[in-house]
Amino acid sequence: MGSVLRIILQRLALGLLTLLIVSIVIFVAVNLLPGDFAESILGQGATPEAVASIRRDLGLDQPLITRYFDWLGGVLQGDLGTSFAQANFATFTGTDSGATTVAAQIAPRFANTMFLAMVTAAIAVPFSIILGVLAALYRNTVFDRATNIFTLSSISSPEFFLAYILILFLAVLNPIFPSLSNIFEGMSFGERLEKSMLPALTLTLVVTAHMMRMTRAAIINLLASPYIEMARLKGLSPMRVIVKHALPNALAPIINVIALNLAYLITGVVVVEVVFVYPGIGQLFVDSVKIRDIPVVQACCLIFATAFILLNLTADIMSILSNPRLRHPK
Amino acid sequence: MTDETSDILVKMRGVKMEGRSDETWSPIINGVDLTLKRGEVLGLIGESGAGKSTLGLAAMGYTRDGVRISEGTVEFDGIDLLKASAATKRDLLGKRIAYVAQSAAASFNPAHKLLDQHVEGPVQHGVMGRNESAQDGIELYEKLRLPNPDQIGFRYPHQVSGGQLQRCMTAMAMSCRPDLIIFDEPTTALDVTTQIEVLAAIRDIVDQFNTAAIYITHDLAVVAQMADQIKVLLKGDEVETADTRTMLAAPTQEYTKSLWAVRSFERPTKPVVQSDAVPVIRVENVDAAYGTVPVLHDVSFDLHQGRTVAVVGESGSGKSTTARCITGLLPPKSGQIMLDGQTLPADYKKRTKDQLRQVQMIYQMADTALNPRMSIGQIIARPVEFYLGLKGKEKRRRVDALLEQIELEPTQYYHRLPSELSGGQKQRIGIARALAAEPKFIICDEVTSALDQLVAEGILRLLARLQDELQLTYMFITHDLATVRAIADEVVVMKDGRVVEQGPKKEMFKPPHHPYTDLLLSSVPEMDPDWLTNLLNERGVDNIGDAAVDKM
Repeated sequence: MGSVLRIILQRLALGLLTLLIVSIVIFVAVNLLPGDFAESILGQGATPEAVASIRRDLGLDQPLITRYFDWLGGVLQGDLGTSFAQANFATFTGTDSGATTVAAQIAPRFANTMFLAMVTAAIAVPFSIILGVLAALYRNTVFDRATNIFTLSSISSPEFFLAYILILFLAVLNPIFPSLSNIFEGMSFGERLEKSMLPALTLTLVVTAHMMRMTRAAIINLLASPYIEMARLKGLSPMRVIVKHALPNALAPIINVIALNLAYLITGVVVVEVVFVYPGIGQLFVDSVKIRDIPVVQACCLIFATAFILLNLTADIMSILSNPRLRHPK
Repeated sequence: MTDETSDILVKMRGVKMEGRSDETWSPIINGVDLTLKRGEVLGLIGESGAGKSTLGLAAMGYTRDGVRISEGTVEFDGIDLLKASAATKRDLLGKRIAYVAQSAAASFNPAHKLLDQHVEGPVQHGVMGRNESAQDGIELYEKLRLPNPDQIGFRYPHQVSGGQLQRCMTAMAMSCRPDLIIFDEPTTALDVTTQIEVLAAIRDIVDQFNTAAIYITHDLAVVAQMADQIKVLLKGDEVETADTRTMLAAPTQEYTKSLWAVRSFERPTKPVVQSDAVPVIRVENVDAAYGTVPVLHDVSFDLHQGRTVAVVGESGSGKSTTARCITGLLPPKSGQIMLDGQTLPADYKKRTKDQLRQVQMIYQMADTALNPRMSIGQIIARPVEFYLGLKGKEKRRRVDALLEQIELEPTQYYHRLPSELSGGQKQRIGIARALAAEPKFIICDEVTSALDQLVAEGILRLLARLQDELQLTYMFITHDLATVRAIADEVVVMKDGRVVEQGPKKEMFKPPHHPYTDLLLSSVPEMDPDWLTNLLNERGVDNIGDAAVDKM
């Protein structure tokens, strides 16, 4: 186990380093956006004095490097900064509700996104793996082809199109699920689940093809190996040969594809959120970019990057653990 | 003998098989009959491509992807396997017909423990419960003389050595007490001392349970120990069938006789090297390590001009590492390599072009040692240009001359790709590539072990001829003592990274030996069908093979 632990620690350290580099990239890229908060909030009638004063208030007049280290220092202490827009709103109304920090703004949205991602994963991962196993078992049959055509057409269609089709069939023609997913705090789990079902199904359609095809390919790739022939010559049923003898050895590539797709579910679901009016982090991100609310944009980017790195790290570790040679050294 | 034992278990009649390549079906087996009685062992021999494995699998009613049985019948205990449903066949496979594959390391599932794989058959076929079968497995491990029989089943395949895995696989085949086991080259990948243990174990257990078996191999001496009957195959045709003793004593067909005669190739003894002669290569007190793991300890030997030194030993004994030290791929920790009395830089990067030119290598797997994207002409021309600086027409002339030297027609082969050649031809290209540098010294790393015996003999004869013509010095790495007997002038025996014995071939094959050399020599199967029985009687089961090595 010692070697596995060492590998995991190595990967963790590498992950942290990646995150640091990503933070620099995010900071520089976001600050390269044309215009800034002061200009976008004041609009057409902005006087240079007003712009300069808002910039001074927000610290936008400091050099880039100073601002980066201020921000990084804050992030390391768990302080993602203050949302420009909320702070502006608070001073305008004269109330300080405590909701001006980026963390307070992002937290509920992020929780919603994670909820949707988990619901989708809970449906999509088993569904794709089972479909992949069946496609491998009945390879080159009508079932295999139908599965391939179905999953490939769903991945090739735009997300909003899939979303509207599902709304048409499952909300309008057969009112099973609500077409709007406006979830809010205080909802019961069941209600939340029902509300987020249509976006979850849409996302399932989007991510299934990738995972299912990798499962199928990874299994078929192993079918020519001597231990599969041995399993067949032991008189085992085709299903058992695939599930018990091929699948455990095909896990590494499947896990990696699952991780990539889960990362997509956290970071790339803006369109689906917009269609179903789902209050997730994607919408917040897009809105913040529009008004140049830089602290929020940076925090969102950082969260996305962390999600990517963590999921890939988990995939790496699980791939390692799925290999008995590493789990049980000689 | 009762009526039951004289029953016919397997009956194959007029079996024709075809393999699919490039959208067409071409014949692999052209109508073979096979009859096997209960409790009988049939040896199936032939070169690679003779169709022995295909036929062995067909006896189980199984064909690999892209292979089909086009004609004939296969009956197992009265059941027509070609007409039987998949479910009927599945019910027989593993339960009444079992299979032992060539590479146990590849044929055990890496993801599951050995005992879990062992009990799978009995449990799935409803022969025994899990616990009962596990208990039985441990007993079988004990019968097969595996170390720690009650522990070994809880290991994963990669944690167990090749010879032990092969016995575990035999135990797994026995798990349902089948009527028939197909052994597909079960000892080909093993060292001689490991092979002898596995052979003894297999023979013993097949005897004990009176199991019928089809034993597929290309090694006549092995089949002589195992089989009651031998069937010889050549390119999908049966050459002859007879009981083992008759076949060995009086083969009737030319092809069979030629197989028997392969082992007769032996070069004349050369005069003793003068004591003041400067060796072409001198390996002096070499210690080497991979990282911090020491591999070689104080290895010293000389290689003289026009001589062949065979370096023998089991896998892991340091033969190839020594070669890597000589070529400079692995700089030794201490000691030195000398060429014509001059010390060579330890690292190949520090050697001059001329020093590099003098030491060439021929590899075991010609398949992987030749660039599949380059034509034969390009492969051989590269060292010609690199070392000798020849260009254009001169280069072409030199390549043609080299091709002629290895007995391949230049116009016919110059533009071919390696994939268009047979295994023996590829190995010849490997030889030509080494010769292209015009070296003094060539390291031959197991160059014949991947080849069939007849082809291997051709390569050995070619190497011998080239040596006589060009006064080459060979270091011949091998674990096959028959090859040593055929080609070597001197022998170096290695074990655990040390030289345990060295000297002229004549002395090495004559007692008294170092105990390890003795064990190596005694482990090489002989054509005498009583060889294994006699050896076991003489030495006892505990004093053969790896068990004896462990005692040293």
